[in-house]
Amino acid sequence: MSPEFAIASIVTIIGLTTPILLAGLGELITEKSGVLNLGVEGMMLMGAICGFAATAATFNPWLGVIGAAAGGALSSMLFAVLVLQLNSNQVATGLALSIFGTGLSSLIGQSFTGRIVPQFGSIFPDILAKDPIWKLLFGYSPLVYFALIMVPLTAWFLKSTRAGLILRAVGENDHSAHSIGYSVIGVRYAAIAFGGALAGIGGAYFSMVITPMWAEKMTAGRGWIALALVVFAGWRTGRLLVGAYFFGFLMWLELFAKANGFGDSLPILQEIPSQFWAAMPYVMTIVALTLISSRGNVGASAPACLGKPFLPST
Amino acid sequence: MQTPPRLDLSGITKRFPGVLANDQVSFAVQPGEIHALLGENGAGKSTLVKMIYGIMQPDAGVIRWNGAPITIANPKAARKLGIGMVFQHFSLFEAMTVLENIALGMDAKIPARDLEAKIVAVMQQYGLKLEPHRIVSTLSVGERQRIEIVRALLLNPNLLIMDEPTSVLTPQEVEQLFVVLRQLAAEGCSILYISHKLHEIKALCDTATILRGGKLVDTCDPAVETSRSMAEKMIGGSLKDIQRGEGRALGKPKLIVQGLSVPKDGPFGVALKDIGFSVKAGEIFGIAGVAGNGQNALLLALSGEVAAQNAEAIYVDTTCVGALSAKQRRLAGMASVPEERNGHAAVPDFSLSDNAILTARDRMGMVSGGMVNARTAKTYAGEVITAFSVKATGPAAMADSLSGGNLQKFIMGREIMQKPQVLVVSQPTWGVDAGAAAAIHQALVDLAATGSAIVVISQDLDELLSLCDTLAVINEGRLSNPMPVAGANIEEIGLLMGGIHGETQTPELSHAS
Repeated sequence: MSPEFAIASIVTIIGLTTPILLAGLGELITEKSGVLNLGVEGMMLMGAICGFAATAATFNPWLGVIGAAAGGALSSMLFAVLVLQLNSNQVATGLALSIFGTGLSSLIGQSFTGRIVPQFGSIFPDILAKDPIWKLLFGYSPLVYFALIMVPLTAWFLKSTRAGLILRAVGENDHSAHSIGYSVIGVRYAAIAFGGALAGIGGAYFSMVITPMWAEKMTAGRGWIALALVVFAGWRTGRLLVGAYFFGFLMWLELFAKANGFGDSLPILQEIPSQFWAAMPYVMTIVALTLISSRGNVGASAPACLGKPFLPST
Repeated sequence: MQTPPRLDLSGITKRFPGVLANDQVSFAVQPGEIHALLGENGAGKSTLVKMIYGIMQPDAGVIRWNGAPITIANPKAARKLGIGMVFQHFSLFEAMTVLENIALGMDAKIPARDLEAKIVAVMQQYGLKLEPHRIVSTLSVGERQRIEIVRALLLNPNLLIMDEPTSVLTPQEVEQLFVVLRQLAAEGCSILYISHKLHEIKALCDTATILRGGKLVDTCDPAVETSRSMAEKMIGGSLKDIQRGEGRALGKPKLIVQGLSVPKDGPFGVALKDIGFSVKAGEIFGIAGVAGNGQNALLLALSGEVAAQNAEAIYVDTTCVGALSAKQRRLAGMASVPEERNGHAAVPDFSLSDNAILTARDRMGMVSGGMVNARTAKTYAGEVITAFSVKATGPAAMADSLSGGNLQKFIMGREIMQKPQVLVVSQPTWGVDAGAAAAIHQALVDLAATGSAIVVISQDLDELLSLCDTLAVINEGRLSNPMPVAGANIEEIGLLMGGIHGETQTPELSHAS
């Protein structure tokens, strides 16, 4: 394995990981507040097209990211109104959001097909960012660094801030939080919006970083992997980071196998269909769930109110 | 009196769709007074205190605090005034630590270390024992209540509202709680104490306000009243005693349980260890204990939802039923009623007649050749409704349209009218008003008089003492030796209930989880 190939592989893995890391962090916050939003795929696509459109309109990728966050957050608000205000079923509504986001993004995207938008420049000096070795550390899109910074920030928020404590409390026991005097619905709105914004930025990574072009369904099911990732991580931030890179590696294996990369050197591995690797994140999620429940690990279990509508007893 | 009352309610009215929850309620609580709020379920006590604590707003009426009229917009505003509340159903977060739970109840942002120091100071002042860094799910019920109390005390309350605080405590824990409450009152804090346990109110409270059907019935001095007179004011009629047949003789053992062990299900379950007892024909056998000591596991093992490890563990008469399913046990004459009405004993979205089919289909001939005979089921449900005076629109009424007490009467009736040889019931009168509770108790006594053996699992010791012939205590999945109720020693029962959950427990041991 040549050093060039190793570097290229690592860069690919980081590229595959960043969108699911961003979307996973957003979903983690949403789920910690007790809301299961299965619409991640839809929100990512909405973020992808809104980010693309905002960049095309302003020729500024930074404003594009803000557009992506807004697109993801706005589409999540549709979900939020339905499940929080009208108490609709979270699973059904989340699935509907995924389908709706896929369709709406395609509709908006029709006029953008074939266009190319300006991309982020590197944030580090070229001497580092373009260096064949140093680019491993300094050569990425700003969104990669943003995702990595968000991991400790999220962990700190959940563990050490009062707002994080309240968010966890709302997800753990909504009725108690309500009776103490916290606004369950308000906290959940904020958590869903944050989840939508991060999913949107994650989606924009496809339309603004991986390719500077828009294509329908370009997130290719990564929203579902982000959902699995949150479960795989046992609702813990640190494990979410590890899990995201592990899943990124599995997705890289899929691409590698598709490109006949094992080829002659490892013919046994090449025998395995690439779909096997594509399925692995989900298989690993089930394995992780089984381990969590067999150990009876309290800290790694779902927030107690996850997926349950909050109906205050008047 | 020179100083104005701490809390003065006048003409408080609250209306819900179809119900007048509070109708022109007026009373006052003085500084340092322990004031009881008495009433049956549905009398409007909870609604009233929710308005005092700012969770709801009154439709009409004035609340005065230290003489000045105020609006309590939300619980935060209530706490700012110095109103603390300890809920009946604890508002705790199971997967979080004691410290985090207390921090959530504080409005001021206090650094965790300072908060911990404050907590320790309050606990020392009132002799409350609690370990701040334990996860709540590992604590006993009494310890959980202490979290709520500490949380309320940290606010230096001027008025502490206690909503049925003793319903889940052992007699010893109740005594400790009363010591704390008396100390608080002596320091000038007013206490609004909600309960329906009349002897506690006589022992603790200075004044009692009695509500019935949302209206204030009377404000009286519990020291002057008798328990009976207060109970009659509560239910608005004369209290019926349980009528027992004279010269009842117990028959041969009907239900024999020996060496019954069940492993625990899940991290918070309780394993049953070598349970043994026998119940004679005509006997009512009570199983007392603090919640979470294996009562659920025992009910599941007796009902057949969980098969015994050893088939010989349970006998009905001479039939060995330990390995049989719930359906087979019903055919063998053994019926059961679990604690949870909605979702376990009955399907909320099913009609009463469909719910009757669920457990009575075989014994009452509602199914033949795989087909349900809806008419038989409807007739049977109608008979149950009539015989147990269930307030429902008829057999077609949905189970969840009934009030808790009425659904419980229906479920008890559904089992009792099948004339089971053995009936196992858990918490037969939990959350049921006094009238319905009396009817359920009478039905159990009447069933026993026909020669059935009855097992009653309950956390309400008063209920067991008035109902049962024999009593045993379950603690940590082990059952004590049975003792006759006549001449039972409350002190001893309390100690058995406390088991190692009591105050003798060393802090080191409690870290074992």
